[in-house]
Amino acid sequence: MSDNPTRRDLLIAFTATGLLTPALAQHVHEAVTEAKSLDPGADYKPKGLTDHEYQTMRKLAELIVPGATDSGAAEFIDFLSSRNDKMAQIYTGGLAWMDQEAKHRYGSDWLSAKEANQTALLDLIAYRKNDSPEIRPGIRFFAWARNMVLDAYYTSPIGMKEIGFMGNQVLSSFSVPDEALQYALKRSPFANS
Amino acid sequence: MFQIQRTNTPADVVVIGSGAGGGTVVKVLTDLGINVTLLEAGPMLNPYKDFKEHTLPYQVDHRGSGEQAQSYFGQQQWGYFAAPNGYWDIPGEPYSVSPDSEFSWFRSRIMGGRTNHYGRISLRFSDYDFKSYSFDGLGTDWPVDYAEMSPWYDKAEEFIGITGTREGLRTAPDGVFLPPIPPRVHETVIQKAAAKLGIPVIPSRMAMLTKSVHGRAACHYCGQCGRGCKTASAFSSSQAMIFPAMKTGRLTVITNAMARELIVDKSGVVTAVSYVDKNTRTEQQIRCKRVVVAASACESARLLLNSKSALFPNGLANGSGMVGRNLTDSTGYSLAGHIPAFENMPRHNSDGIGGMHLYIPWWELDKKNKDFPRGYHVELGGGFGMPGVGSFHGAGNKYEGYGQGLKNTIRQNYGATVELSGRGEMIPNQHSYCEIDSTQVDRFGIPTLRFHFRWSEHEIQQAKHMHNTFTNIIEAMGGKVTGIAHPEREAKGVSVGGTIIHEAGTVRMGDDPKTSVLDRWCRAHEVKNLYVADAAPFLGNPDKNVTLTIVALAWRTAEHLAADMKKGDA
Repeated sequence: MSDNPTRRDLLIAFTATGLLTPALAQHVHEAVTEAKSLDPGADYKPKGLTDHEYQTMRKLAELIVPGATDSGAAEFIDFLSSRNDKMAQIYTGGLAWMDQEAKHRYGSDWLSAKEANQTALLDLIAYRKNDSPEIRPGIRFFAWARNMVLDAYYTSPIGMKEIGFMGNQVLSSFSVPDEALQYALKRSPFANS
Repeated sequence: MFQIQRTNTPADVVVIGSGAGGGTVVKVLTDLGINVTLLEAGPMLNPYKDFKEHTLPYQVDHRGSGEQAQSYFGQQQWGYFAAPNGYWDIPGEPYSVSPDSEFSWFRSRIMGGRTNHYGRISLRFSDYDFKSYSFDGLGTDWPVDYAEMSPWYDKAEEFIGITGTREGLRTAPDGVFLPPIPPRVHETVIQKAAAKLGIPVIPSRMAMLTKSVHGRAACHYCGQCGRGCKTASAFSSSQAMIFPAMKTGRLTVITNAMARELIVDKSGVVTAVSYVDKNTRTEQQIRCKRVVVAASACESARLLLNSKSALFPNGLANGSGMVGRNLTDSTGYSLAGHIPAFENMPRHNSDGIGGMHLYIPWWELDKKNKDFPRGYHVELGGGFGMPGVGSFHGAGNKYEGYGQGLKNTIRQNYGATVELSGRGEMIPNQHSYCEIDSTQVDRFGIPTLRFHFRWSEHEIQQAKHMHNTFTNIIEAMGGKVTGIAHPEREAKGVSVGGTIIHEAGTVRMGDDPKTSVLDRWCRAHEVKNLYVADAAPFLGNPDKNVTLTIVALAWRTAEHLAADMKKGDA
């Protein structure tokens, strides 16, 4: 792999050309490798959701992708719900549907239900094969929630680190590690040719 | 009160449009000591503020989906992080499409136009591309040939900075190249798989600097070229041509200036450009001795068609009736595939330059009994792309479920997708053109365009060939085709016209004024001080993206214009 030039090296190199602002990209890689949490903690005041909806969303997000709380998934969804009426409707409606369904099945709202019951409902609505008119709103909502929690998680420092994204850096040259190339070639159909 | 503001002293040259063509004319003329006034329909560009090159998605609350979550509802015109370069729909500036056609028109409204963002694939047209009728009886020969164009390509390449290697292929003529960039893992594997099928895969020719040239810094390999490059290491006309020209003191820039009409006197020469100052919605006129129209193929045609007068009742310089005709776009078709050999591959930075490091030039030129004429090139995609909103919706919808299992599946498959995209030649046909829609004006009162567009059987068959080729390559890699990579534009088996954003041909050049608008120097046959410098003059739209040829042709046009000026506009 190539060596990263230092920030100072870059400043010197770019200043010589007179073309770059001091806003260099080095911090980007550092931010990712730190994998800092985006969980705002207990002080957060939801903008588009009620407190109950927000707490429910935090739990749902964590079940969809372990680590999603730290990725700021609930805050992401809350923010967009505050900016777009259609988005708000999807989440306030979907979360209310889950509460109603949990009350019928388990006698409490979904967030208050035992985790085994929480996941039992998710096991129904997380798969299209379970589709029926009764749970269709839940299946549709879950598809939205899953996509958006995946978005929030993998675009966060924690998710990027977990999946192994190492790009968007300032490099002095580009090369591919031989280890990766050999890994792919050995597993390819023409490995022995 | 309706008052038209007019300038007193005529400008030597007015250039309309600041993209690849307009930028080149501005650069060449100001380098030669000529004063130029540039009209751009959009605002000035500030790369340091406008380019979100290194921003990570979590640095904005909406992660790139848009301040109002637009991307989730199909309302995002262009990626949030992409360079500001234009729109599919501009509020107040409509166009129409005839009921029997499909066409999407991308328009730029920003200094530098589409070059702030474009893919930067930089391919010379081949000898047979300039003499297409002589080659196979289809299309029309250009009034120039490859030998005449080659030195202009040299100049363009030397200035822009293009990666590449000398290959000696007729379908991919060699040029003045910077060092190539090493292939990524998936590209090497595609190369080996394609070799089994007799398909060549060669280093790409891209307008990114693997070495510093002309004071522009070498690439820093962040892979974010599509977001705009603050160091101008990826070419844009704004940064590489117009900003330096502004420093010469010979360039006057007027932004937010939407050209309405070219005004001619009784002798049939252009004396002024009428434009709308968008900030005040007032009409302004700038007097000029010469005008170079470089507003993009269809906007240039629109401007000429809207410049009607007693001398030119069908639109300026349109005695041939060819303005607006022969509209072409590249064909586009793409397949994605899942490659098991890449699952759980050791992680590394696969960014490099934005876009492909290797590509497939057309390889069946000499094959007999093909189902279609001419050909296409193939662009290779894959690697560990930066996660963004939507990156894993496919995985979520495919694998369903939730929890650690879903997470593990996504990790395993990250970087195991490849995409093969074909970009092919369209032969001009009589069904594809644009004209003025007499029923509609835009918010400035300027009559708008109506599009007619139809692929012929040539392009349909070509796209089928792409499908078979891409399937064969993916399977030769031990992979499985997962589907069309861009169903939003290619669901019908070939892209919707216009969506590849390579429009050309609408103000064609030629030696015969009866069948062409411009002469061999891209000067109007009928109007001696009117030039066109974008893809409108093209007589064909080969399988080699238009930008490099726009620059080379505009360079030639500008030097000829300068020579004419010196001679006193002979």
